[in-house]
Amino acid sequence: MNSLLIPGGKAPAPPYETTRETTRKSLDEPMKTNGEQSTVLTLSQVGKSFGNLRVLKGIELQVQRSEVVCLIGPSGSGKSTLLRSMAFLEEYDEGEIRIEGQLLGWQDTDKGRRRAPQSQINQVRRNVGMVFQQFNLWPHMTALGNVCEALRRVRKFSADEAKKRGMAMLEKVGLGHKAEAYPAQLSGGQQQRVAIARALAMEPHIMLFDEPTSALDPELVGEVLQVMKTLAKEGMTMVVVTHEMGFAAQVADSVIFLDQGEIVARGTPRQIFHNAEQPRLQQFLQNYLDRNAFWQDAKP
Amino acid sequence: MTFDASIFTDHLGDIGSGFLVTLGTWSSGVVLGLALGMLIAVAQVFGNNLVRAPLRVFIELIRSTPFLVQLFLVYYGGPSFGISLDPIPAGILGLGVYGGVYFAEIFRTGFQSVARGQLEAADCLGITRLQCVWRIQVPQMLVMILPALVNMVTVLCKETAVLSIITIPELTMVLTGIGSETFAFVETLLMLCIGYLILVELCSRLGMLLETRVGRFMSRQPR
Repeated sequence: MNSLLIPGGKAPAPPYETTRETTRKSLDEPMKTNGEQSTVLTLSQVGKSFGNLRVLKGIELQVQRSEVVCLIGPSGSGKSTLLRSMAFLEEYDEGEIRIEGQLLGWQDTDKGRRRAPQSQINQVRRNVGMVFQQFNLWPHMTALGNVCEALRRVRKFSADEAKKRGMAMLEKVGLGHKAEAYPAQLSGGQQQRVAIARALAMEPHIMLFDEPTSALDPELVGEVLQVMKTLAKEGMTMVVVTHEMGFAAQVADSVIFLDQGEIVARGTPRQIFHNAEQPRLQQFLQNYLDRNAFWQDAKP
Repeated sequence: MTFDASIFTDHLGDIGSGFLVTLGTWSSGVVLGLALGMLIAVAQVFGNNLVRAPLRVFIELIRSTPFLVQLFLVYYGGPSFGISLDPIPAGILGLGVYGGVYFAEIFRTGFQSVARGQLEAADCLGITRLQCVWRIQVPQMLVMILPALVNMVTVLCKETAVLSIITIPELTMVLTGIGSETFAFVETLLMLCIGYLILVELCSRLGMLLETRVGRFMSRQPR
């Protein structure tokens, strides 16, 4: 095995751990099953075009409760567009996306497909939490204000209830002491953790992460990944677009490789990272290996 | 001819009331203009083309004609269209509409200055567009457009001088009146300048105070 990554010579250990064969068994806790395994998110034949460019083609995907799915692929492969479609931030124009059985974004009328009213869209994605590459915190509100805003305006919590829940969420991401700080006073990693707390406060059934660590300085990546690992351990259903192959290898239940708008490969981390068969995937992983195994070639 | 300060002490009452009329029409015009400007901007940002196109025409029309002419039209031309207004309401309406289109343009750029991602985040959390405007866009854009707003408010202060042509007894009318009565033009015109200077200066001071207050969250230092 592994021969594809190592063109001759002795195999260096991959810089990431890929010992987990399947699912949650090797994370510290067993996953919450809640009786039968239910499907949180279903994509069937999802397609999307920007003008003449088809950026997503016939995407089929199911995400089960408590499953962690990582989307990897080169830039421009459509993985962010796919993730954003799951929150209807992009209007996909073919196929269906269903969240817990409900069709997202569209409604079928006798005159064909129409955009659903905003209230219906909000109803369907009520249980979807989104985390962005650029955090997208509201800079004029404190960390606590950011977390409480939707609780107050959307869930109609009283000020006290919202504050209590908000503080609990900030504690959860380790930022209880920064509740009164404005985003500009926080590091990138802290800002992203506040953004995660903000999404968590709404008690989502599924969390979507759009390259959550790509805008961070390398030494701040760890704290955000740590929070995400904890979430995965607690049984949160997650779809993560990421360039952090280590995270994908250690935490994902399944890894999906996208290229040019298509799912080229999918499987367990071991299948994807050790036994890649598709040339495009092999090439993609080789780039990572080249970059991350630099210490193998360190000068004496 | 020597500078004669007694002109002012003799007419202190008139000058005082003129000052108050200027202050009153100016502030009412600003309030009306801000409200109108916000309405126009919101309609432009969120409306469809059916709403946008006529507003665009209206804005261009107001911006490309002199305030003096607009005011004449409202006050003297109004009755031909069945709108008869007293001088002061006509003046306030004129100022409000004139200022409103400029405020609308300032607000519009303000709306565009808030990053799209922040709105996406709000959208994902189920926050409605209207809540987004008032809770997220307006507070942030006010910080950014405050200098431009203050600037426009001071412009309107000086435009109140034009109201004298529709017989509103504001500062300019009162002081030029005293000037032609007493032939003390230098004194009265100087006094007029000082009057506007005081108003504009107060306004910019207030603006600067506001700028430091509302912009606090941008600072990297903890409060």
